[in-house]
Amino acid sequence: MSAATKLLLENLNALAAGLFLLTAFGIVAMRQARACLNLFIAQSLLLAASAALLGLRYDSGHLYGVALVNLVSKPIIVPWLLRKTSSAEIYTRREIDQVLNIPTALLIALALAIGAYFVGIPLANAVGPQFRGPNVPIGIAVLLLGAFTLTVRREALSLLIGLLVMENGAFLAGISIARDLGMLVELAIATDGLVIVFIMGVLVRAVEKQIGSTAIGALASLKETAPASGTDEAPR
Amino acid sequence: MSVVVIMLLPLAAALLVCIPFGKRWLAGVTVVACAAELALVVRLALQVVAGHAPGELLDAAWSKWIAVDGLSALILVLIALVGTTAAIFSVGYMAQSNLQPKKLRLYHANYNLFIFSMLVIPVLAEPTAIWIVVELTTLCSALLVSFDNTRDALEAAWKYVVLSLMGAGVALFGFLVLFAAMHAGGGGTYTWAGLVAAAPRMPPVLMQTAFLLILIGLGTKVGLVPMHTWLPDAHSQAPSPVCALLSGIETTSILYVILRLFPVMQAVRGAHAETWALVLGLISVGTAAFLLLQVKDYKRLFAFSTVEHMGIILAAIGLGAPAADYGAMQQIVSHSVTKSFCFFAAGAALLATGTREIAAVRGLIRRSPLTGAALIFGGLAITGAPPLAVFLSEFTILKAGLAQGQYLATGLLAAFIVIAFFGVMAHLNRMVFGVSANAEAQQSHAVPHAAAAFRLPFSCRLAMILAALPVLVLGVYVPKPLHDLLTLAAAALTR
Repeated sequence: MSAATKLLLENLNALAAGLFLLTAFGIVAMRQARACLNLFIAQSLLLAASAALLGLRYDSGHLYGVALVNLVSKPIIVPWLLRKTSSAEIYTRREIDQVLNIPTALLIALALAIGAYFVGIPLANAVGPQFRGPNVPIGIAVLLLGAFTLTVRREALSLLIGLLVMENGAFLAGISIARDLGMLVELAIATDGLVIVFIMGVLVRAVEKQIGSTAIGALASLKETAPASGTDEAPR
Repeated sequence: MSVVVIMLLPLAAALLVCIPFGKRWLAGVTVVACAAELALVVRLALQVVAGHAPGELLDAAWSKWIAVDGLSALILVLIALVGTTAAIFSVGYMAQSNLQPKKLRLYHANYNLFIFSMLVIPVLAEPTAIWIVVELTTLCSALLVSFDNTRDALEAAWKYVVLSLMGAGVALFGFLVLFAAMHAGGGGTYTWAGLVAAAPRMPPVLMQTAFLLILIGLGTKVGLVPMHTWLPDAHSQAPSPVCALLSGIETTSILYVILRLFPVMQAVRGAHAETWALVLGLISVGTAAFLLLQVKDYKRLFAFSTVEHMGIILAAIGLGAPAADYGAMQQIVSHSVTKSFCFFAAGAALLATGTREIAAVRGLIRRSPLTGAALIFGGLAITGAPPLAVFLSEFTILKAGLAQGQYLATGLLAAFIVIAFFGVMAHLNRMVFGVSANAEAQQSHAVPHAAAAFRLPFSCRLAMILAALPVLVLGVYVPKPLHDLLTLAAAALTR
C-alpha cells in the first residue's frame, strides 16, 4: 500500500469520525424521537465505515468483522427489535417538557467535547504513535454526549438512544486502540445493542401499559422524603 | 466434574422449567438444580483448596477462557449457597400471591438464568468476555426487579437498567483501554493472569485510566456511593427472594471483577489504586450510614446496608494489609449469608403485614413471633453485633487497620459502622417491639383479627433456618477448609 493511499484512508477515517461526532450533537439537539433514531442509525453506519477504513489501513480482518456486525446489528436489528418489543406510537413522540432548552444543551455538549479532546489526546499518545488519530478523543466525546443525553431526557426512546450512543462512542475509541482484541469485540457489539434494546423495549411496553405514556420522567415516586409507597398493593 | 458442566447446570434448569408440568415442577426444578449446583461448587472449592484443579483448568487450550482460583471459588460457593436458600424461600413466598402459571414460569426461568449469568463471572479469565456476562446479569435480573409490574417496580427496574448500562458503557471503554495498555507493554494473553504478568511493562497512564473507568463503570452496579441511587429502589421493589440475590451476591460478584484489578495495579508505581478504593469505600460507608437513619421503608433499610457493606469491603482492600484483605474476604462471606437472611426476614414481615412502611408496622413480635424475632436477629447480625458472622469479619478488618497504622481511616470506618448499627436497630426495634398509637384501643375492644397469628409457609421457615446457620456458626468458628479458601482468596488480591 502506497503512502498516499494510507494518508487517504486516514483522512477518510477522520471524516467519518468527524461526522460521527456531528450526529451525536444532532441527537442532543433533536426532540423528535424518529429523528433521533435516524441519526443513531447514521451514526452506526459511520462507526462501521470507520472500522472498515481502519481495517483497510492496518490490514486487520477483525475490524472488517466489527464493521460487518455493526452494519447488521444497529441499523437493521435494533429498529426491528424496537418495533417488536414496544408499540409503534413511541416513534411519533416528541418531548414537550424539556429539562434544558436546545441552545443550552448544545453549549454544554460543546464544552464536553472540548474536555474530551484534552483527555483523549494524551491517552492516544500513550498507546503509541501509530494510534494517533481522531478516534479516541471523538469516541470519548461521544461517550460523554450520550451520558449527557441520558441525564437531560425524559422520553423513553431518547433515553434508549442515549445509551446506544454511549456504547457507540466507547466502540469508536476502542476499535482504534484495541484493534487486535479479536472476535470478542464483535461479540460485545452484537450482544450489547441487543441487550439494551430488548430489555428497555420490554420495560417501555410495561411502563406504557401502567402509566399510559412513555414519559419516564414522570416516574419519580421512589425517594426517601416521600412516604413509602406500595402500602395499598398486594404483598409480594 | 468439568467446570463447564457445572456452569451449564442452571442453564439446563432454565430450559427445564419451560416444560409446563405445573407449579410443583417449577419450584422443584429450581430448588434441586440450585442444591446440586451448591454441592458441585463446594466440591470444586475443596479441590481448589487441596490444590487439585479439574483437568481442563490445566489444559492450555482452556486457560485462555477459564480459570478458577481461591477467589473465584469463594464467589462461586456464595452464589450457589444464596441461590439455594433463596430458591427454597421462593417456593412459599411466591405461592402467597396467586400467580398465573405462565408468570410463575417466567419467574423461575429468569431466576435460573440470573444464577447462571452470575456463576459464569468468576470462572471466566478474559476481561472482555466478563464484560459481556455482566451485561447478561443486568438482562436476566431486570425482569425480576420489575416482576411485580407496579408503577414503583417499573420505576426501580428502569433506573436499575439505565444506570447499570451507563456504567457498562464506561466499563467497556475501560476494558478496551486495559487491552491497549497491555498491547503497548509488549502484549501477552489478555486474561487476569496474563495482565498480572504483563503489568510491570504497561504504561502507567493507560492503566490508571483503565482502572478508574472500570471502578466507576462497574462500581455503578456494585452500588458505590456517587453511583448508588438506583440500588435502594431496585433492591426494595423486587420480590424478596430476588432482593436476597441482588443484595447478597450480585453486588459481590460484580465487585469481584474490580478486585481482580488490584494485583495488576500494584505493579504500577504511584497508581494509588488502594487509595481510590479506601476513599470511595469510606464515602460509601459514611453516606449509607447517614441515609439509613431517614428511611421510611424497611426493605430500603437493608438495601442501604448493602451500600454500606460494599463500602466496608472496598475500604478494607484499600487498607492494603494482607490481614485486611483476609478480613475483606471474610466480610464478603458474612455479608452474603447475613444479607440474604435479612431479606428473607423482610419478606416474611411483608407477608405478615402487607406493607413495606416502617411507620405502619408496630408490635410485630405479638402478631408473628417468628417474623419479629427473625427481623431483630437479622438487624443485629447485619450491623455487626457479637457473636455473629459480620462482627467477626468487621473486627478482623478494624484490627488489621489499626495494626497498619491507618488510625484515621479505621476510626472513621468504626464510627460509621456504629452509626449504621443504631440507625438500623432504632427502626427495627420500633417495628418489632413498638406499640402502635391505636393498639390500646384495639386491646380494650379485643379486636379478634389483631390477635390472629400469622403463619409463615414451611419452605420460608426452612430457608430462614438454613440461612441463619452460617450467620451463627461463622461468628464463633471458621472451619478449616473455609479458612484455607479465604487465605487463598486474599492471596489473589496481591501480586
